Amino acid sequence: MPTSTGRVTRATGGRAADGDATRGQGRSHRRGEPGRFRRSTGRHWYAWAMVTPVLIVVGVLVGWPLARGLYLSMTDATEATMGRTIGVNVIPSTYEFVGIDNYLAILTGGLFWQKLAWTVVWTVACVALHYGIGLGLALMLHRKLRFRSAYRLLLILPWAIPAFVSAFIWRYLYNSDYGVINGMLEAVGLGAVGWLNDPSTARIAVIAVNVWLGVPFMMVAMLGGLQAIPGELYEAAEVDGASPWQRFRHITLAGLRTVSSTVVLLGTIWTFNMFPVIFLISGGGPGSSTEILVTYAFREAFTGVRNYSGSAAWGVIILLVLILLALVYRRALRKQGEVW
Amino acid sequence: MSSTTAGTARRARGRGERSVGASILLHGTLLVAVVISLFPIVWLVLTSLKPRDGWLSTELQFFNQPSLDNYTRVLSETAFPTWLLNSVLAAALTMILGVFIASTTGYAISRFRFPGHRGVMWLLLITQMFPMAILIVPLYNLMASLGLLNQIPGLVIAYMTVAVPFCAWMMKSYFDSIPIEIDQAGLVDGLTPFGAFWRVILPLARPSLAVTAFYSFMTAWGEVAYATVFMSTEEKRTLGVGLQQFVGQHWSDWGLLTASAVLIAVPASIVFLLVQRHLVTGLTAGATKA
Repeated sequence: MPTSTGRVTRATGGRAADGDATRGQGRSHRRGEPGRFRRSTGRHWYAWAMVTPVLIVVGVLVGWPLARGLYLSMTDATEATMGRTIGVNVIPSTYEFVGIDNYLAILTGGLFWQKLAWTVVWTVACVALHYGIGLGLALMLHRKLRFRSAYRLLLILPWAIPAFVSAFIWRYLYNSDYGVINGMLEAVGLGAVGWLNDPSTARIAVIAVNVWLGVPFMMVAMLGGLQAIPGELYEAAEVDGASPWQRFRHITLAGLRTVSSTVVLLGTIWTFNMFPVIFLISGGGPGSSTEILVTYAFREAFTGVRNYSGSAAWGVIILLVLILLALVYRRALRKQGEVW
Repeated sequence: MSSTTAGTARRARGRGERSVGASILLHGTLLVAVVISLFPIVWLVLTSLKPRDGWLSTELQFFNQPSLDNYTRVLSETAFPTWLLNSVLAAALTMILGVFIASTTGYAISRFRFPGHRGVMWLLLITQMFPMAILIVPLYNLMASLGLLNQIPGLVIAYMTVAVPFCAWMMKSYFDSIPIEIDQAGLVDGLTPFGAFWRVILPLARPSLAVTAFYSFMTAWGEVAYATVFMSTEEKRTLGVGLQQFVGQHWSDWGLLTASAVLIAVPASIVFLLVQRHLVTGLTAGATKA
């Protein structure tokens, strides 16, 4: 069994690299052995030409705003000091460069750490539940099963509905006076709960909604991963006398590793930045107890006196947190032999 | 790893068969999951069919004089149709541009190992992590100076910052799952690497293109933050922004909201159902065996 596991990983990990090598050979055969240099520039020329459109878009649309955001985060720009045009009057900008003052203010204030802690709890809880439930459902749907496509279709539906619509639906379900959840609680004799009025129930409520939203994606991704695992591996393992648990552990989970590593990372990033669920369901409330980092930064920038510089600094810090997370994650993957 | 504990004893049941109890458990669990996933949607539909003030009921009623009152009000008394059109335009433009721009990149980073390959991978990954919080203010100021605030193209430009890297990333993983032997066959037959991509891989990747397109459509369709800030006037709002008005701080009408939610969810789900059969089709199963 260890051999079969090894084979899967090698096949997925090494495919592209092997392919490149063999392709090089194929072309040199046809062209009668061109120099190593020409062969490599030829190949790289194609690659770069294909990558260019995205590089341009990312460079212009992300690079420029990013640079400007970095700059703004080191100024004291607010709505009042930002240049603007009112009718025919052009008011010039009056904000000044203040260095890292914004960052210091954020990092030394308690609010940031409080929000970070809740954002981490929110992300870990959501992604763990997404992955666990998604994998469980995928394993069930992967079996021979009557009504399999019906189940699959119905289970995917929460994903088919736009997140903001679901957020509104759930806000209505949670409504303390007219919501169906309280209606059911009262019907069985339990008291109504003010779901979104209390910090702890509001937190549970938003996590529940996000789990409901995110499970189908994980389920479909895992199902795809399961279907890509060759059935012969299971047969071979069974002939070799592997127990069901061993087969699950060394074939299923091992075969899912490429898919899992990608979707968990993506899921983490999406959840960390999940705006509509928080913004539309609890509005960050009660107080600011369910506000995650992104919604808080948004509120800084666009409510009250718009604090552009402070919001930009929050944005930069959030980005740094995520990059750090991705680096740690990649290091963990690399230890397991997954390299890119 | 002592994997020989069970010896070579054959099991009584063949693979894929299971006992009645296990079947009941399996179907039971799935049914519970289906109920949880469907209930909010069913309740939404039922509420939208209640009369005007039907949502203001503390009792649990599935039906209550079903009527289409809420729907006619949404379509005739609110700006809902305009919002819908705006949303469709923004999402469709984002989808087309995103897939168009990203597909070659997805292929290149899936197949070629060129200097800078890892740099591009990282760029795509990190761009996806960008919280809109960091881009939204500069983009807002940029759009303001270009006069693109409150314009759909401005919104589409903002969405491209997310859609393009995401599409490239997603297609890369789809291209990864197409065996390289297929490209090689094309190259042996005399195609250039670009020709192999265009004539051989792209047709094979149609399902994944559809999935990617669909996903970028959905992302733009459901976006709230940029739209809330960029689209300030009534007739330019997208659905995610407009609906917030139905259930504001001081006044809410869940009848209007549920009816419009159904109207939004229906086309979204239809697109979804058209695409979902391609969501997981084992892409090239059997393509290399022959």
